[in-house]
Amino acid sequence: MCLAIPARVVELLDGDNARIDLGGVKKEISLALVEDVVVGDYVIVHVGYALSRLDAEEAERTLALFAEAGIGGAGAGA
Amino acid sequence: MKYVDEFRDGGLAQKLASAIRAEVDPARKYAFMEFCGGHTHAISRYGVTDLLPANVRMIHGPGCPVCVLPIGRIDMAIGLALARPDVIVCTYGDCLRVPASDGLSMLKAKARGADIRMVYSAADAVALAQANPTREVVFFAIGFETTTPPTALVIRQAEALGLNNFSVICNHVLTPSAIVTILESPEVREIGSVPLDGFIGPAHVSTIIGSRPYAFFAEEYRKPVVIAGFEPLDVMQAVRMLIRQVNEGRAEVENEFTRAVTEDGNLKAQALVSEVFELRRSFEWRGLREVPYSALRIRARFAAFDAEAKFDIAYRSVADNKACECGAILRGVKKPTDCRIFGTVCTPENPMGSCMVSSEGACAAHYNYGRFRDIPVVAA
Amino acid sequence: MGEVKKGYVRPLDLKHGRVDMGHGAGGRAMAQLIDEVFARAFANEWLGQGNDGAVLPAPAAGERLVMATDAHVVSPLFFPGGDIGCLSVHGTINDVAVMGARPLYLAASFILEEGFALAELVRIVESMAAAAREAGVPVVTGDTKVVEAGKGDGVFISTTGVGALPAGRDIGGANARAGDVVIVSGSIGDHGTAILSQRESLAFDTEIVSDTAALHGLIAHLLEMVPGIRVMRDPTRGGLATTLNEIAVQSGVGISLEEAAIPVHPQVEAACEFLGLDPLYVANEGKLVVICAAADADAAVLALRSHPLGAEAARIGEVIDDPNHFVQIRTGFGGRRMVDWLSGEQLPRIC
Repeated sequence: MCLAIPARVVELLDGDNARIDLGGVKKEISLALVEDVVVGDYVIVHVGYALSRLDAEEAERTLALFAEAGIGGAGAGA
Repeated sequence: MKYVDEFRDGGLAQKLASAIRAEVDPARKYAFMEFCGGHTHAISRYGVTDLLPANVRMIHGPGCPVCVLPIGRIDMAIGLALARPDVIVCTYGDCLRVPASDGLSMLKAKARGADIRMVYSAADAVALAQANPTREVVFFAIGFETTTPPTALVIRQAEALGLNNFSVICNHVLTPSAIVTILESPEVREIGSVPLDGFIGPAHVSTIIGSRPYAFFAEEYRKPVVIAGFEPLDVMQAVRMLIRQVNEGRAEVENEFTRAVTEDGNLKAQALVSEVFELRRSFEWRGLREVPYSALRIRARFAAFDAEAKFDIAYRSVADNKACECGAILRGVKKPTDCRIFGTVCTPENPMGSCMVSSEGACAAHYNYGRFRDIPVVAA
Repeated sequence: MGEVKKGYVRPLDLKHGRVDMGHGAGGRAMAQLIDEVFARAFANEWLGQGNDGAVLPAPAAGERLVMATDAHVVSPLFFPGGDIGCLSVHGTINDVAVMGARPLYLAASFILEEGFALAELVRIVESMAAAAREAGVPVVTGDTKVVEAGKGDGVFISTTGVGALPAGRDIGGANARAGDVVIVSGSIGDHGTAILSQRESLAFDTEIVSDTAALHGLIAHLLEMVPGIRVMRDPTRGGLATTLNEIAVQSGVGISLEEAAIPVHPQVEAACEFLGLDPLYVANEGKLVVICAAADADAAVLALRSHPLGAEAARIGEVIDDPNHFVQIRTGFGGRRMVDWLSGEQLPRIC
């Protein structure tokens, strides 16, 4: 379940709120459920709240796993 | 959209598709349940089935909070809104069209004069209460562990603001209990009855609860669990990891969604939830009937914000249409096309049971996105 | 503003005044409203005559009449890229033009809510007048009614248009044949997204503006270059998906689309992601769906692209034989799915 999307934090606002950007569309959401988020971080947003921070390194690692698939004998699972 | 588009790339999809083809054992069948409605939706919406080999079958699980919401709970909200013109009932869009008793849905009740409004966020519900001090605002809260922390937050917020006109009808449910119910169902425990080889674990529920809670299923029931991100490439990679576990005779918890899920999960959100909510001893799930310790209610300390207590609303269980096969479909025992009323009496416009109600339900997903596969169509 | 006509004690207070029941009563107050707001903005020989009906010339020999009507109840009344006024002009012009007819005249009727600000009414009417002037299609007759406060959403506008259809031209939803190509004139989902961005409960900031536009110029240009066009329609409520399903049923065919080929503005995609909506079902107000024989497809796309309103035109699919009249799509991901009729209103999802 849970329609949640990764968006970039572009501005921190008062009261645990932040402005995020997804593909050029901006929205105000709450950071009350996460900690230590800074401008430039990507967070997963669900019903107006950030649920977690997206780990950019892990994202790249996962994409690399996809890319090496199908090249005769893929690497071990994560 | 960064971190979204890359995970939908068609080129990488082909690579994963061939990797999966290379790894499956052609001599056996694989059946995996994706628990989460969001995964069901992703699989249908992107046509992931087309990229999987014929001996890999995806079974759609009950992870759609709208689908498993019993009619009786919706009746509570509708009844309150119709009986009390001073009450504003607000909820997420998903709920508004669910058919309840007496031919009503929240949308139809609105047409009859009930003040029922859609909100995108729990925070909007609190804002409504602040903006309408002479009205009672009741937030009809649904969702799994992903959607529960926001509800906890707003109850705390309402308390801090000293609001006396805000309350919540809490229908939050828990993922692990639902998975256990499926694994405990007679058909699954029987050897050879429903071959369920593993689970694709929910994406965003897991960001909150972490990967640790799933270890129990892997050990106790000897079924592998791979937590997968939301995008179609994530789903395919998770299928690949499950196939590998099955081939190697392993039953472990693996995490494909490492960019957002850790072993611990979101501790801050978990603490908030346990502060505001406690377990209900039992809760009825549409299609699964009573499931013990599977849902939450508001703690006594926050009783002032518990609409069930405040308005003394009683719950009355309402049975589904006799021909409805949702129960079996939710447990993975039957397919939508096995149901007598699928596509005839029961359609998205006129849903008879939970699986047709929301676009994440197995029947709705199949009807909206996949029923053309039931009928041979001249290929494009 | 102009001099006060004899018989009116003072001019309407267009800055601070509000519509009241008197303005719909048929008496002097209503005449003044029509004079000082509507006739002043639309200013043409027919309205100037002040008759109940407009006398219009007969169409040329061999030409047939096309008539279309549309009611406009959009909320909010003013949105990025337009307002209910210009929308009501564009929408009806387009309905006439997609039949292959030359739009000639418009009629407009207004249902005003008691209490509606005259300043807003003037803004809307002036926008309509500008749209009509720019399109070269005058509003030749009209009507005004006022309903009690609470019984109307500010203003509802209904427009009817007539046009002339040249002899021998037959363009309609039943004409698609297997093998034909499906073309769209530009990006989809803009209008609906612009509207949703204004709904308070969904508040998001975007640069998307409504694509509301009169398409008769684009259509005339297209038909001149490619006279053999079989089907044209402007997808509005329910989006591209709804229009294609309608055509599929009308023509008794199936349609197969290529997702990667359908133009969608990145911010429309992002906004739909946020709300759990599918751009295929989001409203448009200035786009064309064109279906033509495969041999004409390249010329049609070129013709559209050579006009400012069709700069992003693209081939998006083809018509196939299908007794079930399904619309299906090959996703960018590689798998296939159906693009079914919309069920109910598209409400933002959480799941």
